[in-house]
Amino acid sequence: MTDVSLKKIFTDGAWQQNTGLVVLLGLCPLLAVTSTVVNGLALGLATMATLILSNLSVSLLRGLLKPEIRIPAFVLIIASVVTVIELLMHAFFYDLYRVLGIFIPLIVTNCAIIGRAEAFASRNRPLASVVDGFATGLGFCITLVLLGAIREFAGRGTLLAGADMLLGDWASSLTLSIIPDYSGFLLAMLAPGAFFGLALLIAARNAWAAKADSRPQNPAFEQVQNKS
Amino acid sequence: MSKGMHPIISSGLLLGIIALLGTALLAGVNDLTKERIVEQEKLRVQQQLNEIAPLQSYNNDLLEDVMEIEDTDFFHHSAAIPVYRARLNGQPVSVVMIVTAPDGYNGDIRLLIGINASGTVLGVRVISHRETPGLGDPIEAEKSDWILNFAQKSLNNPDSSGWAVKRDGGEFDQFTGATISPRAVVKAVHRALLYFQVHKLAIFDAPANPEVRHD
Repeated sequence: MTDVSLKKIFTDGAWQQNTGLVVLLGLCPLLAVTSTVVNGLALGLATMATLILSNLSVSLLRGLLKPEIRIPAFVLIIASVVTVIELLMHAFFYDLYRVLGIFIPLIVTNCAIIGRAEAFASRNRPLASVVDGFATGLGFCITLVLLGAIREFAGRGTLLAGADMLLGDWASSLTLSIIPDYSGFLLAMLAPGAFFGLALLIAARNAWAAKADSRPQNPAFEQVQNKS
Repeated sequence: MSKGMHPIISSGLLLGIIALLGTALLAGVNDLTKERIVEQEKLRVQQQLNEIAPLQSYNNDLLEDVMEIEDTDFFHHSAAIPVYRARLNGQPVSVVMIVTAPDGYNGDIRLLIGINASGTVLGVRVISHRETPGLGDPIEAEKSDWILNFAQKSLNNPDSSGWAVKRDGGEFDQFTGATISPRAVVKAVHRALLYFQVHKLAIFDAPANPEVRHD
Protein backbone atom coordinates (compact mmCIF):
# COMPACT_ATOMS: atom_id res chain seq x y z
CA MET A 1 0.00 0.00 0.00
CA THR A 2 1.39 3.39 -0.90
CA ASP A 3 1.48 6.60 1.03
CA VAL A 4 -1.22 8.04 -1.16
CA SER A 5 -3.73 5.50 0.04
CA LEU A 6 -2.78 6.14 3.68
CA LYS A 7 -3.46 9.79 3.01
CA LYS A 8 -6.83 8.91 1.56
CA ILE A 9 -7.59 6.74 4.59
CA PHE A 10 -6.72 9.72 6.75
CA THR A 11 -8.89 12.28 4.95
CA ASP A 12 -11.75 9.79 4.74
CA GLY A 13 -11.69 9.12 8.46
CA ALA A 14 -11.15 12.65 9.64
CA TRP A 15 -13.20 14.60 7.12
CA GLN A 16 -15.13 12.81 4.37
CA GLN A 17 -16.62 10.27 6.77
CA ASN A 18 -16.33 12.28 9.99
CA THR A 19 -18.01 10.22 12.69
CA GLY A 20 -19.75 13.07 14.44
CA LEU A 21 -20.68 15.28 11.50
CA VAL A 22 -21.25 12.97 8.54
CA VAL A 23 -21.84 9.42 9.71
CA LEU A 24 -23.54 10.66 12.88
CA LEU A 25 -22.40 7.78 15.04
CA GLY A 26 -21.55 8.01 18.73
CA LEU A 27 -23.92 10.92 19.26
CA CYS A 28 -24.80 9.97 22.83
CA PRO A 29 -21.39 10.83 24.34
CA LEU A 30 -20.96 13.57 21.77
CA LEU A 31 -24.03 15.37 23.04
CA ALA A 32 -23.68 14.48 26.69
CA VAL A 33 -20.16 15.50 27.62
CA THR A 34 -19.53 18.51 25.42
CA SER A 35 -20.51 21.14 27.95
CA THR A 36 -16.88 22.34 28.01
CA VAL A 37 -13.85 22.15 25.72
CA VAL A 38 -11.85 20.14 28.24
CA ASN A 39 -14.56 17.50 28.70
CA GLY A 40 -14.89 17.15 24.94
CA LEU A 41 -11.14 16.90 24.46
CA ALA A 42 -10.77 14.29 27.19
CA LEU A 43 -13.50 12.03 25.87
CA GLY A 44 -12.27 12.62 22.32
CA LEU A 45 -8.75 11.51 23.24
CA ALA A 46 -10.05 8.48 25.12
CA THR A 47 -12.17 7.50 22.12
CA MET A 48 -9.24 8.04 19.76
CA ALA A 49 -7.00 5.82 21.86
CA THR A 50 -9.72 3.17 21.91
CA LEU A 51 -10.13 3.32 18.13
CA ILE A 52 -6.41 3.01 17.48
CA LEU A 53 -5.92 0.09 19.88
CA SER A 54 -9.06 -1.77 18.88
CA ASN A 55 -8.33 -1.33 15.16
CA LEU A 56 -4.79 -2.56 15.69
CA SER A 57 -5.88 -5.63 17.68
CA VAL A 58 -8.66 -6.53 15.25
CA SER A 59 -6.32 -6.12 12.30
CA LEU A 60 -3.68 -8.35 13.88
CA LEU A 61 -6.28 -11.04 14.60
CA ARG A 62 -8.13 -10.69 11.31
CA GLY A 63 -6.72 -13.93 9.85
CA LEU A 64 -8.03 -15.95 12.78
CA LEU A 65 -11.48 -14.46 13.19
CA LYS A 66 -14.10 -16.48 11.42
CA PRO A 67 -17.16 -14.54 10.27
CA GLU A 68 -19.51 -16.14 12.78
CA ILE A 69 -17.53 -15.09 15.84
CA ARG A 70 -16.16 -11.77 14.67
CA ILE A 71 -18.78 -9.59 16.38
CA PRO A 72 -18.37 -11.11 19.87
CA ALA A 73 -14.61 -11.03 19.37
CA PHE A 74 -14.77 -7.32 18.48
CA VAL A 75 -16.88 -6.63 21.54
CA LEU A 76 -14.41 -8.48 23.78
CA ILE A 77 -11.47 -6.59 22.34
CA ILE A 78 -13.15 -3.19 22.53
CA ALA A 79 -14.43 -3.78 26.05
CA SER A 80 -10.94 -4.77 27.23
CA VAL A 81 -9.35 -1.72 25.65
CA VAL A 82 -11.94 0.63 27.11
CA THR A 83 -11.63 -0.86 30.58
CA VAL A 84 -7.86 -0.40 30.46
CA ILE A 85 -8.36 3.24 29.50
CA GLU A 86 -10.92 3.67 32.26
CA LEU A 87 -8.52 2.29 34.88
CA LEU A 88 -5.71 4.52 33.65
CA MET A 89 -7.92 7.60 33.75
CA HIS A 90 -9.14 6.70 37.21
CA ALA A 91 -5.53 6.52 38.38
CA PHE A 92 -3.97 9.44 36.54
CA PHE A 93 -6.76 11.88 35.58
CA TYR A 94 -8.96 11.50 38.59
CA ASP A 95 -10.90 14.78 38.31
CA LEU A 96 -11.71 14.14 34.68
CA TYR A 97 -12.71 10.61 35.53
CA ARG A 98 -15.23 12.06 37.99
CA VAL A 99 -16.54 14.57 35.46
CA LEU A 100 -16.89 12.15 32.54
CA GLY A 101 -18.23 9.42 34.81
CA ILE A 102 -20.32 6.81 33.05
CA PHE A 103 -19.33 8.04 29.59
CA ILE A 104 -15.88 6.47 29.80
CA PRO A 105 -17.15 2.89 30.13
CA LEU A 106 -19.86 3.77 27.60
CA ILE A 107 -17.18 4.29 24.94
CA VAL A 108 -17.67 0.53 24.45
CA THR A 109 -21.09 1.20 23.02
CA ASN A 110 -19.91 3.86 20.58
CA CYS A 111 -21.01 2.30 17.29
CA ALA A 112 -18.24 4.11 15.47
CA ILE A 113 -15.67 1.84 17.09
CA ILE A 114 -17.23 -1.49 16.24
CA GLY A 115 -18.10 0.04 12.87
CA ARG A 116 -14.44 0.72 12.08
CA ALA A 117 -13.44 -2.72 13.35
CA GLU A 118 -15.97 -4.39 11.08
CA ALA A 119 -15.73 -2.17 8.02
CA PHE A 120 -12.01 -1.47 8.01
CA ALA A 121 -9.70 -3.15 10.48
CA SER A 122 -10.95 -6.67 9.84
CA ARG A 123 -9.99 -6.30 6.16
CA ASN A 124 -6.81 -4.26 6.23
CA ARG A 125 -3.20 -4.39 7.33
CA PRO A 126 -2.28 -3.20 10.85
CA LEU A 127 -0.61 0.03 9.68
CA ALA A 128 -3.57 1.10 7.56
CA SER A 129 -5.91 0.16 10.42
CA VAL A 130 -3.97 2.26 12.90
CA VAL A 131 -4.08 5.22 10.52
CA ASP A 132 -7.80 4.70 10.07
CA GLY A 133 -8.34 4.53 13.84
CA PHE A 134 -6.27 7.65 14.36
CA ALA A 135 -8.05 9.59 11.62
CA THR A 136 -11.54 8.55 12.70
CA GLY A 137 -10.66 9.33 16.32
CA LEU A 138 -9.17 12.67 15.37
CA GLY A 139 -12.27 13.64 13.41
CA PHE A 140 -14.47 12.66 16.34
CA CYS A 141 -12.22 14.45 18.83
CA ILE A 142 -12.19 17.67 16.81
CA THR A 143 -15.98 17.56 16.60
CA LEU A 144 -16.21 17.14 20.37
CA VAL A 145 -13.81 20.01 20.99
CA LEU A 146 -15.61 22.36 18.59
CA LEU A 147 -19.00 21.54 20.06
CA GLY A 148 -17.53 21.96 23.55
CA ALA A 149 -16.13 25.35 22.56
CA ILE A 150 -19.45 26.57 21.18
CA ARG A 151 -21.37 25.43 24.25
CA GLU A 152 -18.83 26.59 26.81
CA PHE A 153 -18.54 30.00 25.19
CA ALA A 154 -22.28 30.48 24.83
CA GLY A 155 -23.15 28.90 28.15
CA ARG A 156 -20.46 30.20 30.48
CA GLY A 157 -18.49 32.82 28.58
CA THR A 158 -15.23 30.94 29.11
CA LEU A 159 -12.98 28.61 27.15
CA LEU A 160 -10.79 25.81 28.49
CA ALA A 161 -12.24 25.98 32.01
CA GLY A 162 -10.85 23.07 34.01
CA ALA A 163 -7.82 22.56 31.75
CA ASP A 164 -5.85 21.73 34.90
CA MET A 165 -7.87 18.51 35.23
CA LEU A 166 -6.31 17.23 31.99
CA LEU A 167 -2.92 18.89 31.92
CA GLY A 168 -1.92 19.48 35.52
CA ASP A 169 -1.95 22.53 37.77
CA TRP A 170 0.01 24.83 35.45
CA ALA A 171 -2.86 24.69 32.97
CA SER A 172 -5.36 26.51 35.17
CA SER A 173 -3.91 29.71 33.68
CA LEU A 174 -5.09 28.56 30.24
CA THR A 175 -8.70 29.24 31.13
CA LEU A 176 -9.96 32.23 29.18
CA SER A 177 -12.75 34.31 30.61
CA ILE A 178 -13.89 35.81 27.36
CA ILE A 179 -16.90 37.57 28.80
CA PRO A 180 -16.21 38.56 32.40
CA ASP A 181 -19.16 38.47 34.81
CA TYR A 182 -21.20 36.53 32.30
CA SER A 183 -24.39 35.40 33.92
CA GLY A 184 -24.55 32.27 31.79
CA PHE A 185 -26.87 31.01 29.09
CA LEU A 186 -28.40 27.89 30.53
CA LEU A 187 -29.81 26.55 27.27
CA ALA A 188 -26.34 26.04 25.85
CA MET A 189 -25.34 23.94 28.83
CA LEU A 190 -28.39 21.67 28.71
CA ALA A 191 -29.16 18.94 26.19
CA PRO A 192 -31.02 21.16 23.68
CA GLY A 193 -27.94 23.36 23.41
CA ALA A 194 -25.95 20.29 22.41
CA PHE A 195 -28.39 19.55 19.58
CA PHE A 196 -28.37 23.16 18.37
CA GLY A 197 -24.58 23.27 18.47
CA LEU A 198 -24.26 19.98 16.59
CA ALA A 199 -26.75 21.16 13.99
CA LEU A 200 -24.72 24.33 13.43
CA LEU A 201 -21.52 22.31 13.07
CA ILE A 202 -23.09 19.89 10.58
CA ALA A 203 -24.48 22.80 8.58
CA ALA A 204 -21.09 24.52 8.58
CA ARG A 205 -19.34 21.36 7.47
CA ASN A 206 -21.83 20.75 4.68
CA ALA A 207 -21.49 24.32 3.47
CA TRP A 208 -17.73 24.05 3.50
CA ALA A 209 -17.68 20.67 1.77
CA ALA A 210 -20.09 21.88 -0.88
CA LYS A 211 -17.98 24.93 -1.55
CA ALA A 212 -14.71 23.02 -1.65
CA ASP A 213 -16.23 20.46 -3.95
CA SER A 214 -16.89 22.13 -7.28
CA ARG A 215 -19.53 19.54 -8.08
CA PRO A 216 -22.76 20.31 -6.25
CA GLN A 217 -23.50 17.54 -3.80
CA ASN A 218 -27.24 17.34 -3.91
CA PRO A 219 -30.06 18.52 -6.15
CA ALA A 220 -31.37 21.06 -3.69
CA PHE A 221 -28.02 22.75 -3.63
CA GLU A 222 -27.89 22.72 -7.42
CA GLN A 223 -31.23 24.45 -7.69
CA VAL A 224 -30.22 27.18 -5.30
CA GLN A 225 -27.04 27.72 -7.28
CA ASN A 226 -28.87 27.89 -10.58
CA LYS A 227 -31.23 30.52 -9.30
CA SER A 228 -28.54 32.78 -7.99
CA MET B 1 -7.55 -25.41 14.93
CA SER B 2 -7.20 -28.93 13.61
CA LYS B 3 -9.37 -30.05 10.73
CA GLY B 4 -11.14 -32.69 12.73
CA MET B 5 -12.51 -30.18 15.24
CA HIS B 6 -16.12 -29.17 15.02
CA PRO B 7 -16.31 -25.53 13.87
CA ILE B 8 -18.36 -24.52 16.90
CA ILE B 9 -15.73 -25.90 19.24
CA SER B 10 -12.84 -24.24 17.45
CA SER B 11 -14.71 -20.93 17.34
CA GLY B 12 -15.53 -21.24 20.99
CA LEU B 13 -11.92 -21.97 21.81
CA LEU B 14 -10.77 -18.97 19.83
CA LEU B 15 -13.24 -16.71 21.61
CA GLY B 16 -12.10 -18.20 24.91
CA ILE B 17 -8.49 -17.39 24.07
CA ILE B 18 -9.38 -13.80 23.20
CA ALA B 19 -11.32 -13.47 26.44
CA LEU B 20 -8.36 -14.90 28.34
CA LEU B 21 -5.95 -12.43 26.74
CA GLY B 22 -8.30 -9.55 27.50
CA THR B 23 -8.68 -10.68 31.10
CA ALA B 24 -4.92 -11.03 31.53
CA LEU B 25 -4.43 -7.51 30.19
CA LEU B 26 -7.07 -6.13 32.55
CA ALA B 27 -5.64 -7.96 35.54
CA GLY B 28 -2.21 -6.52 34.77
CA VAL B 29 -3.44 -2.95 34.39
CA ASN B 30 -5.63 -3.29 37.45
CA ASP B 31 -2.62 -4.38 39.45
CA LEU B 32 -0.59 -1.43 38.23
CA THR B 33 -3.24 1.18 38.94
CA LYS B 34 -4.91 -0.23 42.05
CA GLU B 35 -2.81 1.52 44.65
CA ARG B 36 -2.85 4.84 42.88
CA ILE B 37 -6.63 4.74 42.54
CA VAL B 38 -7.07 4.17 46.27
CA GLU B 39 -4.65 7.02 46.96
CA GLN B 40 -6.54 9.35 44.64
CA GLU B 41 -9.85 8.52 46.33
CA LYS B 42 -8.33 9.25 49.73
CA LEU B 43 -6.81 12.47 48.51
CA ARG B 44 -10.15 13.69 47.22
CA VAL B 45 -11.91 12.99 50.52
CA GLN B 46 -9.07 14.68 52.38
CA GLN B 47 -9.32 17.76 50.16
CA GLN B 48 -13.07 17.96 50.66
CA LEU B 49 -12.67 17.71 54.41
CA ASN B 50 -9.92 20.31 54.50
CA GLU B 51 -12.11 22.84 52.79
CA ILE B 52 -14.25 22.68 55.92
CA ALA B 53 -11.83 21.74 58.69
CA PRO B 54 -8.61 23.79 58.42
CA LEU B 55 -5.54 21.55 58.21
CA GLN B 56 -3.66 23.36 60.98
CA SER B 57 -6.54 23.03 63.47
CA TYR B 58 -6.02 19.30 64.09
CA ASN B 59 -3.24 16.75 64.06
CA ASN B 60 -4.93 13.35 63.86
CA ASP B 61 -5.56 11.33 60.71
CA LEU B 62 -9.04 12.54 59.84
CA LEU B 63 -9.64 9.79 57.30
CA GLU B 64 -8.99 7.07 59.87
CA ASP B 65 -10.81 8.70 62.79
CA VAL B 66 -14.31 8.16 61.49
CA MET B 67 -17.50 6.65 62.89
CA GLU B 68 -21.05 6.24 61.64
CA ILE B 69 -24.36 7.51 62.97
CA GLU B 70 -27.56 5.69 62.12
CA ASP B 71 -30.70 7.50 63.15
CA THR B 72 -33.33 7.23 60.45
CA ASP B 73 -36.04 8.88 62.54
CA PHE B 74 -34.05 11.95 63.41
CA PHE B 75 -32.50 12.61 60.01
CA HIS B 76 -35.51 11.41 57.97
CA HIS B 77 -33.14 9.35 55.91
CA SER B 78 -31.95 5.77 56.20
CA ALA B 79 -28.40 6.37 54.96
CA ALA B 80 -25.74 5.99 57.63
CA ILE B 81 -23.98 9.27 58.35
CA PRO B 82 -20.19 9.13 58.34
CA VAL B 83 -18.64 11.47 60.91
CA TYR B 84 -14.96 12.40 60.63
CA ARG B 85 -13.51 13.59 63.93
CA ALA B 86 -10.71 16.14 64.11
CA ARG B 87 -8.59 16.23 67.29
CA LEU B 88 -5.61 18.27 68.38
CA ASN B 89 -3.34 16.25 70.67
CA GLY B 90 -6.28 14.01 71.46
CA GLN B 91 -8.63 16.87 72.37
CA PRO B 92 -11.84 17.09 70.27
CA VAL B 93 -11.67 20.01 67.84
CA SER B 94 -14.42 19.51 65.29
CA VAL B 95 -16.41 17.00 63.26
CA VAL B 96 -17.29 16.78 59.62
CA MET B 97 -20.57 14.95 58.97
CA ILE B 98 -21.85 13.70 55.63
CA VAL B 99 -25.57 14.37 55.92
CA THR B 100 -28.24 13.66 53.33
CA ALA B 101 -31.07 16.16 53.01
CA PRO B 102 -34.01 14.01 51.89
CA ASP B 103 -36.29 16.82 50.72
CA GLY B 104 -34.55 18.46 47.77
CA TYR B 105 -36.60 19.34 44.71
CA ASN B 106 -35.26 16.27 42.92
CA GLY B 107 -34.47 14.00 45.82
CA ASP B 108 -31.42 13.70 48.00
CA ILE B 109 -28.88 16.46 48.51
CA ARG B 110 -25.65 15.20 50.08
CA LEU B 111 -23.94 17.71 52.31
CA LEU B 112 -20.62 17.96 54.06
CA ILE B 113 -21.20 19.80 57.34
CA GLY B 114 -18.33 20.87 59.58
CA ILE B 115 -19.12 21.70 63.22
CA ASN B 116 -16.55 22.66 65.85
CA ALA B 117 -16.61 21.26 69.36
CA SER B 118 -18.51 24.26 70.73
CA GLY B 119 -21.32 23.76 68.22
CA THR B 120 -20.51 26.44 65.66
CA VAL B 121 -20.70 25.65 61.96
CA LEU B 122 -17.30 25.68 60.29
CA GLY B 123 -18.74 25.40 56.84
CA VAL B 124 -21.10 23.49 54.58
CA ARG B 125 -20.54 22.13 51.07
CA VAL B 126 -22.77 20.22 48.68
CA ILE B 127 -21.27 16.90 47.56
CA SER B 128 -23.98 15.83 45.19
CA HIS B 129 -27.48 16.88 44.21
CA ARG B 130 -29.93 16.75 41.33
CA GLU B 131 -31.52 20.17 41.72
CA THR B 132 -32.59 22.07 38.61
CA PRO B 133 -29.62 23.67 36.84
CA GLY B 134 -29.93 27.42 36.95
CA LEU B 135 -32.61 27.45 39.65
CA GLY B 136 -31.66 25.20 42.55
CA ASP B 137 -27.97 24.73 41.85
CA PRO B 138 -26.73 27.95 43.48
CA ILE B 139 -26.49 25.73 46.57
CA GLU B 140 -23.10 24.70 45.09
CA ALA B 141 -20.16 26.75 46.28
CA GLU B 142 -18.92 26.98 42.65
CA LYS B 143 -22.15 28.62 41.52
CA SER B 144 -22.79 31.13 44.30
CA ASP B 145 -21.66 32.24 47.75
CA TRP B 146 -24.93 31.28 49.37
CA ILE B 147 -23.63 28.13 51.07
CA LEU B 148 -20.79 30.12 52.67
CA ASN B 149 -23.33 31.95 54.84
CA PHE B 150 -23.56 28.96 57.14
CA ALA B 151 -20.07 29.51 58.53
CA GLN B 152 -20.11 30.81 62.12
CA LYS B 153 -23.80 30.00 62.55
CA SER B 154 -24.87 27.98 65.59
CA LEU B 155 -28.03 27.00 67.45
CA ASN B 156 -28.05 30.40 69.20
CA ASN B 157 -27.18 32.35 66.08
CA PRO B 158 -29.83 32.49 64.80
CA ASP B 159 -32.25 30.95 67.29
CA SER B 160 -34.41 28.07 66.23
CA SER B 161 -37.08 30.19 64.49
CA GLY B 162 -34.33 31.78 62.41
CA TRP B 163 -33.18 28.41 61.04
CA ALA B 164 -35.38 28.60 57.95
CA VAL B 165 -35.44 30.40 54.63
CA LYS B 166 -36.86 33.92 54.59
CA ARG B 167 -40.12 32.85 53.02
CA ASP B 168 -40.69 30.62 56.05
CA GLY B 169 -39.84 33.49 58.40
CA GLY B 170 -36.20 32.54 58.88
CA GLU B 171 -32.87 34.22 58.26
CA PHE B 172 -31.58 32.46 55.16
CA ASP B 173 -32.11 33.70 51.62
CA GLN B 174 -33.94 31.59 49.12
CA PHE B 175 -33.19 31.83 45.40
CA THR B 176 -35.29 33.44 42.72
CA GLY B 177 -37.59 30.69 41.55
CA ALA B 178 -36.25 28.13 43.98
CA THR B 179 -37.21 27.83 47.62
CA ILE B 180 -37.22 24.08 48.03
CA SER B 181 -33.50 23.45 47.51
CA PRO B 182 -32.25 26.07 50.01
CA ARG B 183 -34.97 25.07 52.44
CA ALA B 184 -33.80 21.45 52.34
CA VAL B 185 -30.20 22.49 52.98
CA VAL B 186 -31.09 24.83 55.86
CA LYS B 187 -33.18 22.13 57.53
CA ALA B 188 -30.44 19.52 57.15
CA VAL B 189 -27.78 21.79 58.67
CA HIS B 190 -30.08 22.71 61.55
CA ARG B 191 -30.80 19.04 62.16
CA ALA B 192 -27.09 18.19 62.19
CA LEU B 193 -26.46 20.92 64.79
CA LEU B 194 -29.29 19.69 67.00
CA TYR B 195 -28.01 16.14 66.82
CA PHE B 196 -24.45 17.20 67.55
CA GLN B 197 -25.52 19.24 70.58
CA VAL B 198 -27.16 16.20 72.18
CA HIS B 199 -24.74 13.47 71.11
CA LYS B 200 -21.42 15.32 71.08
CA LEU B 201 -19.73 13.18 73.71
CA ALA B 202 -20.95 9.94 72.22
CA ILE B 203 -19.72 11.02 68.77
CA PHE B 204 -16.21 11.83 69.98
CA ASP B 205 -15.97 8.76 72.23
CA ALA B 206 -17.18 6.17 69.72
CA PRO B 207 -14.44 3.85 68.47
CA ALA B 208 -13.01 4.68 65.06
CA ASN B 209 -14.05 2.54 62.14
CA PRO B 210 -11.64 3.26 59.30
CA GLU B 211 -13.71 1.09 56.96
CA VAL B 212 -16.26 3.88 56.77
CA ARG B 213 -15.78 6.07 53.73
CA HIS B 214 -18.19 8.33 51.92
CA ASP B 215 -18.22 8.27 48.13
